[in-house]
Amino acid sequence: MTLTQTLTADDFAPLAKAQHPDQIVRPSLSYWQDAWRRLQRNRRAMWSLYLIAALLLFSYVLPFVVPFDAVGQDLTQISQAPSLEKKSLVVDTQPWPGQQVRPAELARLQSAPFDPATRVTGLTLVGEANTESVRLAWQPVAGAKAYQVYRHLLVPSGATDLGLPLGQTEQPEQVSYEDRLKLQNMPYYYSVRAVADTGEVSDYATVKATPRLAISVRAALSRGLITADQTDSMIGREVELQRHLMGTDYLGRDLLARLVYGGQTSLFIGIVAPLLFVAMGIVYGGLSGYLGGRTDEVMMRFADFVIALPFLLFMILFRVAMGIGPGESGVTPMLIAMVLLGWPTAAKLVRGQVLQLREQPFVEAAQLMGANSRYLILRHMLPNVMGVVLVSLTFSIPSAIFTEAFLSFIGMGVAPPTPSWGAMCNDGVKSFMSHPHELLFPALFISLTVLAFNLLGDGLRDALDAKMKG
Amino acid sequence: MTRAASHRQRSGRNRGQWSLLLCLLITVVSAAVQATDLDYQSRTVTVAMSQEPPDMNAITSTDAVSGMLLGHVMEGLLRYDPNGDLVGGVAQRWQLRDDGATFWLRPDAKWSDGSPVTAQDFVFSWQQAVTPAVASEYASILFPVQNAQAINDGQMAPSTLGVRALDDHTLEVSLHQPCPYFLGLTAFRTLFPVKESFYRSRGSRYAAEARDMLYNGPFALTRWVHGASVRMEKNPHYWGREHVWLNRIDVPYITEDPNAHMNLYRDHKIAMASSLNSESLEGALRERMQIKSYLDGAIFYIEFNHRDARVTRNRNLRKAIQQVFNTDDLVYKVMGSPGSFPTYTLFPRWLKGKQDFFVREYPAQKPELNVTKARAYLDKAKQELGVAKIPPISLLADDSPGGQKTAEYLQTLLGQSLGLEIRVDMQIFKQRLAKTGSGDFDMVVSGWGPDYEDLLTYGDLFASHNLNNRGRYRNERYDHWVAVAQSSLDVAERMHAFDQMQKILFADAVIVPLYERGNVYVQNPRLQGVLRRALGGDPNFNYASIQPEVSVNAETSVNPESRLNPKTRIAPGSGLTPNAHRGAGVILEKEP
Amino acid sequence: MTQFIFKRLLSGVITIWFIATATFVAMHAVPGDPLANDKAVAPEIRRNLEARYGLDKPVLQQYGIFLSNMLHGDFGISFTQKNRHVNDIIREHFPVSAVLGVLALIIATVGGVVWGALTAVYRDRWPDSVIMFLVVIAVSVPSFVFAMLGQLGILAMNEWLGFSLLPVAGWGSFGHMLVPALVLGLGTMAYLTRLMRSSMLEVTSADYIRTARAKGVSPLRIFFKHQLRNAILPVVTVLGPSIAAITTGGFVVELVFAIPGLGRFFVQAVQQLDYTVIMGTTVFYGAFLVFMVLLVDILYGFIDPRIRVGQVRG
Repeated sequence: MTLTQTLTADDFAPLAKAQHPDQIVRPSLSYWQDAWRRLQRNRRAMWSLYLIAALLLFSYVLPFVVPFDAVGQDLTQISQAPSLEKKSLVVDTQPWPGQQVRPAELARLQSAPFDPATRVTGLTLVGEANTESVRLAWQPVAGAKAYQVYRHLLVPSGATDLGLPLGQTEQPEQVSYEDRLKLQNMPYYYSVRAVADTGEVSDYATVKATPRLAISVRAALSRGLITADQTDSMIGREVELQRHLMGTDYLGRDLLARLVYGGQTSLFIGIVAPLLFVAMGIVYGGLSGYLGGRTDEVMMRFADFVIALPFLLFMILFRVAMGIGPGESGVTPMLIAMVLLGWPTAAKLVRGQVLQLREQPFVEAAQLMGANSRYLILRHMLPNVMGVVLVSLTFSIPSAIFTEAFLSFIGMGVAPPTPSWGAMCNDGVKSFMSHPHELLFPALFISLTVLAFNLLGDGLRDALDAKMKG
Repeated sequence: MTRAASHRQRSGRNRGQWSLLLCLLITVVSAAVQATDLDYQSRTVTVAMSQEPPDMNAITSTDAVSGMLLGHVMEGLLRYDPNGDLVGGVAQRWQLRDDGATFWLRPDAKWSDGSPVTAQDFVFSWQQAVTPAVASEYASILFPVQNAQAINDGQMAPSTLGVRALDDHTLEVSLHQPCPYFLGLTAFRTLFPVKESFYRSRGSRYAAEARDMLYNGPFALTRWVHGASVRMEKNPHYWGREHVWLNRIDVPYITEDPNAHMNLYRDHKIAMASSLNSESLEGALRERMQIKSYLDGAIFYIEFNHRDARVTRNRNLRKAIQQVFNTDDLVYKVMGSPGSFPTYTLFPRWLKGKQDFFVREYPAQKPELNVTKARAYLDKAKQELGVAKIPPISLLADDSPGGQKTAEYLQTLLGQSLGLEIRVDMQIFKQRLAKTGSGDFDMVVSGWGPDYEDLLTYGDLFASHNLNNRGRYRNERYDHWVAVAQSSLDVAERMHAFDQMQKILFADAVIVPLYERGNVYVQNPRLQGVLRRALGGDPNFNYASIQPEVSVNAETSVNPESRLNPKTRIAPGSGLTPNAHRGAGVILEKEP
Repeated sequence: MTQFIFKRLLSGVITIWFIATATFVAMHAVPGDPLANDKAVAPEIRRNLEARYGLDKPVLQQYGIFLSNMLHGDFGISFTQKNRHVNDIIREHFPVSAVLGVLALIIATVGGVVWGALTAVYRDRWPDSVIMFLVVIAVSVPSFVFAMLGQLGILAMNEWLGFSLLPVAGWGSFGHMLVPALVLGLGTMAYLTRLMRSSMLEVTSADYIRTARAKGVSPLRIFFKHQLRNAILPVVTVLGPSIAAITTGGFVVELVFAIPGLGRFFVQAVQQLDYTVIMGTTVFYGAFLVFMVLLVDILYGFIDPRIRVGQVRG
């Protein structure tokens, strides 16, 4: 190899300062940017993040876009499963005087002996059966004091299988009955039997009725389905009922709307409570770790005391002790109770970190270079503690949401009518067998939220490489 | 799910054997305690309770669960027969006079240790009940007895109570004024006898365990594992033991979760499951369980606060609320509680009037629903109160399902129809009671259960002197009618007084009656003669018996569809078809 | 060591005092009236009731009486169960909760170790994904849902079998405990599974495993002798706190399955404002937890894994 190039004086001129001799190929990344990149690579964590964003949008933004009514009671659609469209007959609900036996006839019947073998005859529906009322009438039975009316969902198979006892007629001359109890658009089997003074019962007769979905004029008017001038013309016609995408609860309230507003409560408590107690923990733990010595010992002893309190027991105690006044939602007492009991864990975590950091060379270096406390805390301690704190915060959220759900579930949570997912579960459990959607939807939302925060926490921990205790 | 998976992983082919072994193991360990709901051979009925009995000492006991047990293991001077009529219990004969009563006790009435039940046992327990230091909350039940109130207030000695044992078997009672319902009181638990020597020997442990009690009822408590199980067995010393069919009442389950009760019933572990709601009802119907209902005596209503500082003292405001409140909607749709009935009066439908039931003889006035009129009342109320808008009204309720539903319904209703702002104040039961007692409410959802079988137990609630008048309603005319009902022995005059009370309650809108609570329950059809009732402990098995299994099998094995299908094939609308099968009924198709 | 134990005991006593005081303060801040009942009582009876429970004395004196009674191990008489001492209630119902809790803990530990080991062995293959999916569900679904499903599951099974294999609810035999304990231990099991998995993975990549493999030790032997034994250690260390979580977290399970445990009594007592039961139970549970933590700490002092491992190797 021979050197053929000739050098000029220019070649020896110094390079411009801006040009770095050994430039790093990758752009410089701060700790947080790096963590964010690693998090982005974690598909599960990212999906959780999107899910959390979606849940927050669902609860906090959606109500601004679509008007939801979480308190309105649609009494024509109580505990309805999810459905899209329903048409209902508009009916005029006037009190029904019923059918009576004439006094002369009654006297003759009353004087006749009662025969348990006779059967009620002439049992028939009066008018069309609809969900506002089903009207029954029958022929009187000799010697009967009253009549028992039963309602079944299946064809009765015998005298002990007549179904639900609806009631007994009140006057002996009454040979009719109006049923209004939670009627739905499905077949019912009504049975009627006579009762004598002695308590003996006659044989029964059964009639089948399938009530048509109906809404009273009054209810249709108050729910805005018809206008005031339509009240007469609409009777006997059909209107479309409000849609309930996720069905309704036991008061006919829209479940979707309740879930939205319930989410506001649950997510608020679930996120704000950990934020508050972690913040308190940072201050307390940071101070304790930073001050060190005797103060540290006393402060940590106190934190240990609070940790030793049985958590759920004291949550319940504090929540009851603070009480809920009229019209209050009960969110604040729960928040306070959670913060009062939750802070020491975060405090101990932060203190541990601070103690570790204090011994780190870069902190010592900074101290040697005359950095003041303010600088030390803001520049070195806080950023380095934040990773661990963030992960701990993320993991606190699911347990806070569970705590809220649990307390509301045992009736010690938010006060009705404030919706929360836990309280909705509590209501839903009662009707789980017949209307599972009332439990499943809120339970699903709780599960999804907890799942998302757990997975995000996992992702964050990996991304921040934070070593967690316990 | 995890266990099954593990078998698949671990033992592959042996899976069958493993699960068999597991089944065997579990069956062996659990078979010993698993009894069925009804056992005809040993005459045993198995049921569940909602709660551990809080206080089995009849003198101080106030709750329903203890009342149920006491109704089996104790007996008063009188008792209720299966038809709900008063018959002799420990007393064989009795005589009620204006100024007192005499009871002649059965010579064969015995305690469970074989000693006779004497008149002194009643004297002792009654004196205890009114002794201030004993602090019995039901002491007021005895107030018709001479000096009872003065003793209870600490002004006289317990020994001055107007009850004496003339001899071992004759009890003499002096009343301080005529008491038409006194005989009914003697069936109440506070007036049950207690044997003094035994009571003293147990000290503060009396009634703490099964062995720390003496029994004089048809049954005796033989096992009581706190919070877990209770067992009652026939009392061999009971005077009427021949009339008691059952040998044993077993209560191995104590839980307040109604779903658990239902599941136990479904699993044939208990013979009856109470408190079905509209939800569990559907399952019960689909599974063809025998469903029954009864009224438990409780009346629910909204009580207004009539104290001076409250807006609800204004009659027009109360009238406005009365005018829009749709009781039918609440009961039939919102509560949807089968067995309950909407009511428009304070008096229940099962109490007697002159000859027939009171509510039939004196029907209550139904408020007419009218929003326009209600608004007019509201305007008047605003004028009288001198406000442009009614300030927020607090509605106190407890967190029971009924209280919660009523409060939430009312809040929306009054908001929508009258523009009233209602602040629901939902509290746990004890806090609700405390707040009601101290008058810290505008409206409160309350309930009231009867103490004795007379309309007065409801009627005197709103007398101004009654401590249970939590809203402090004061009306001299009302007080006058209460006084009449308290002391008059003329039935017609008393019933007229009660009618006047219900008219005042309506006209003044003192309360808004809601419903008479009914309880719907499932019961094994083989179990018969169980009493469900408002007074004297519920449920009661003193007269219960079990049908042998065979006959029921024959009945249930019939497929209902096979019997009824031929008839449903008859053309709809063809009217009535004669049917040879007794009990099969007639199906009449009528589709819209 | 003795000094360590003494110091810990002392701090335990102070902690219990703190718990007792906090309970007392919270209890007396509760609005409401423990003596309130359906029916109003005459003022005289009211005074007598207050005297009976010592509520007529000034708060500070009540506090003193409460503390001194507590020192004597006496928590007083229940407000709602008139003839029962709180001590009796705890004595009778705590063992139920404890038995249930211990069984739940056993199920959780065995399950957690087995599943965790399996997931690590089948890492990234389908058993891993399936189990980890179930784990995620187990930590995300509220316990009351599991309790309900568990009961319905028993019911369905009994109906399908045609006889009662397992009781639906109640207490008294091993069969009564099985499903409630499983439901109760599910959360902890899921947690332990995750812990076991990560600790197994850590161990698997350790040098001595590679050495053993290179030496030709059979895979089964490696698995049981080396991996499992070492990976279990972190699981053992979290058992202490888990005992606490399980024994105090059984309210819902106890309620749904009609189990007469102390947790259920506590919730009932709070709803009824039964002062003495609330205070007794809380202090008892607090003391129990303090004792458990102390015990675990002392045990660690003896069986610190590193010391033992060192001795084995030495």
